[in-house]
Amino acid sequence: MSKELHKKKNYVGRLGYSYRRNLHERFIESILFLSALLSVVIMLAIIVMLVKESVIFFQHVSIWEFLTDTQWTPLFDDAHYGILPLVAGTVVSSMVALIVALPLGTIIAIYLSEFAPFAVREVAKPFLELLGGVPTVVYGYFALLFVTPLLQMIFPELPGFSLLSAGLVMGIMIIPYVSSMTEDAMRAVPMHLREGSYAMGATRFQTAIRVVAPAAFSGIAAAYILGISRAVGETMVVAIAAGMQPNLTWNPMEPAATITAYIVQVSLGDLPHGSIGYQTIFAAGLTLLLMTLVFNIIGHLLRKRYREIY
Amino acid sequence: MRNVNNLDEIRKIIGRHKRWDLLFMITGIIALMIAIMTFIALFTQMLIDGMPRLTWDFFTSFPSRRPEAAGILSAWVGTTLVMLVTAASAVPLGVGAGVYLEEYAPKNLFTEIIEINVTNLAGVPSIIYGLLALGLFVYQLGFGQSILAAGFALALLILPVVIVATREAIRAIPIAIREGAYALGATKWQTVSDHLLPYSAAGILTGIIIGLARAIGETAPIITIGALTFIAFLPPSPVTNEFPYISFEWLTAPFTVMPIQMFNWVSRPEEAFQLNAAAAGLVLVVMTLAMNGLAIYLRYRMRKNIKW
Amino acid sequence: MQNTAESNQYKSKVKNLSFYYGTFNALKNIDMMLHDKKITALIGPSGCGKSTFLRCFNRMHDLYPGNRYEGEITLYPDNVNILLPKVDPIEVRMRISMVFQKPNPFPKSIYENVAYGLRVRGIRQRAILDEKIEDALRNAALWDEVKDRLNDLAFNLSGGQQQRLCIARALATDPEILLFDEPTSALDPIATASIEELIADLKHKVTILIVTHNMQQAARVSDYTAYMYLGELIEFDETDTIFIKPKNKQTEDYITGRFG
Repeated sequence: MSKELHKKKNYVGRLGYSYRRNLHERFIESILFLSALLSVVIMLAIIVMLVKESVIFFQHVSIWEFLTDTQWTPLFDDAHYGILPLVAGTVVSSMVALIVALPLGTIIAIYLSEFAPFAVREVAKPFLELLGGVPTVVYGYFALLFVTPLLQMIFPELPGFSLLSAGLVMGIMIIPYVSSMTEDAMRAVPMHLREGSYAMGATRFQTAIRVVAPAAFSGIAAAYILGISRAVGETMVVAIAAGMQPNLTWNPMEPAATITAYIVQVSLGDLPHGSIGYQTIFAAGLTLLLMTLVFNIIGHLLRKRYREIY
Repeated sequence: MRNVNNLDEIRKIIGRHKRWDLLFMITGIIALMIAIMTFIALFTQMLIDGMPRLTWDFFTSFPSRRPEAAGILSAWVGTTLVMLVTAASAVPLGVGAGVYLEEYAPKNLFTEIIEINVTNLAGVPSIIYGLLALGLFVYQLGFGQSILAAGFALALLILPVVIVATREAIRAIPIAIREGAYALGATKWQTVSDHLLPYSAAGILTGIIIGLARAIGETAPIITIGALTFIAFLPPSPVTNEFPYISFEWLTAPFTVMPIQMFNWVSRPEEAFQLNAAAAGLVLVVMTLAMNGLAIYLRYRMRKNIKW
Repeated sequence: MQNTAESNQYKSKVKNLSFYYGTFNALKNIDMMLHDKKITALIGPSGCGKSTFLRCFNRMHDLYPGNRYEGEITLYPDNVNILLPKVDPIEVRMRISMVFQKPNPFPKSIYENVAYGLRVRGIRQRAILDEKIEDALRNAALWDEVKDRLNDLAFNLSGGQQQRLCIARALATDPEILLFDEPTSALDPIATASIEELIADLKHKVTILIVTHNMQQAARVSDYTAYMYLGELIEFDETDTIFIKPKNKQTEDYITGRFG
């Protein structure tokens, strides 16, 4: 065997250093590095793009007016540029969604992680995952044509578009997201902590509430915050079921536009590139990005913390 | 010393605590049922409304002003082509970035920035990607409202999903495999391409499928780039009769996709169009469910087969 | 009047105990006694079932599906078989405490860790809690080290201190039996010595059953020793007898290091 190897021309019988091989490796590493770098480029591009158009927008509209005016009518002759109505719509629809998603998501997570028999968990988890994979436009359809008529049977005065209906469906939609992250956090709590609690004579519920949940606190908090971010950025459900008319209201029974719904509404029309109407969606988008970015950063810091503990 | 061990009292307390246990258990099952029942209601509603419209013609007709003649031909063709662009760009970039972060990246501030950034990108609302695509691809780079612009927009959107899946799949491979390869004289790239990538292929594939399933259903970014909603023609075919037999003209063609078509029909006031929306939604849901189901199945198989 | 005699001398009697993980028979027909206010040690090579046996005493196996007990563990003076399905495992665990292999304090303050068992019983009065917690921490020889920082997170304690905290947690509810599952295997020699000393002191207050992989430890702290092998109890006697003149050849081989 070794004789044959020696006959081969490129056999190196000493410790050598292959220049070509090294170059090849370097080349591949740079390509891989560039693809990793791309994610930073995308983030920068998002920020640059939103800020660039927003700067032009704010040359026409003062930041003061943007933050305090109570009307948002950029496409009318009597144009007002107050973001408040859109923020209010976003906040109300998100609140409704979170009132549904956080308690239900948490209960499901605790049930699946601490109570459910193995078989139930094996079936329920993929099912929830599928639920989270349904396209949002389908949930929008469901909100408009199933949930709204259903709600109208209970509240006859409910209009065809409402923040309530959109928010409820959005909440159901976010449940799998919240429950899977909460459950992950709870299951990351080591078994010996649970055994310590059970050995003291605690019940399942006591163990879940007094030991597991506090131990998983930062993970659960992260799940909540990322859930909030998800609700704030959700587009199609509100665009379809909550209407697209800006309306400064805190009443979920009314129709109103969210930031995202407004962007959809403008995009559906035919606004010329470079007009102030075109710039408004970037200003609105920048507001949305800042809102979600704050939540995301807090959420990820919390998640990192619980990963470090265990 | 006080006695805390009065047996009768302990038994009373345990009884009370057990009632809480039972109560919570019932609450948990109810909560789970609410989620499941909603899904069943959603699916049934679409099935009742949409099923009668799901004929062969529905798949082979263009959208139309007459609801009973309208179909999803341009939509599903558009979705297929957009997904081609998305997959072709997101897969190499996402896998490359994942491999770099997991195997090559030095532990320094810059790597940490990239990592934080990837998790942040995953949380950016999809409509923001639409705005980026509108400003950058449609106008700045002059792609117009084309399949290329849409495909890239969705590729950026699912990039974090592919990156994270790649990293997790590669991380699951034990160090011993790497050391084994290095001990035989393999270079880093040989170790990656001969061992790590093949062994993690199923995990990476799962991530790609989940990403693409998400991209298929995404509506907001496509609306934002201003994709027309009434497209009664197909993009130019990628295969031609003349040399070189392959054409890339379709990349710059206007298009529509399934979720846009559905959104268009949902927003019409006529009930007949809403039945079309249900039918389109049914197709869309079945597509995404099939993809997600495949991903779940792959992961399940993987867990069963590979025990490192 | 045999029962009275037994209840004076014994805390618990194990009769014909078998245990199954699914179809795997992990314990085979074990017969043994726990002498009241004495320390009994379980020794044997790893995988012999000593931890499994220990965890039968507080029904920990009930937490996982597919586990099955056969036989009896009778607790005196009640004279009940605690393995019966109608006996509530939670009640058993309230009366029989356990200290684990790895210190497992809860992510709570030192005070709340020790208070846990009392809170689980619904005790809220601060005065009772304070008194019980101080007692337990004193008994676990931890009071002087932590009395000024009871509200610190328990994770900030050293490994040995954490284990003593877990002992205090187990003691706070005045258990009838205290189970130790290799309590020093995760600790350094100095911490091990202090825990051993503590265990020896505790026997005046409570009946102790300790699993150890360390024969010297068994010889140092226990009054009675049981040698187990492959799920069977090979020999059970006073510690001196087991270590000086074991009756069984297998035990002798293990003790003298010829095997295991």
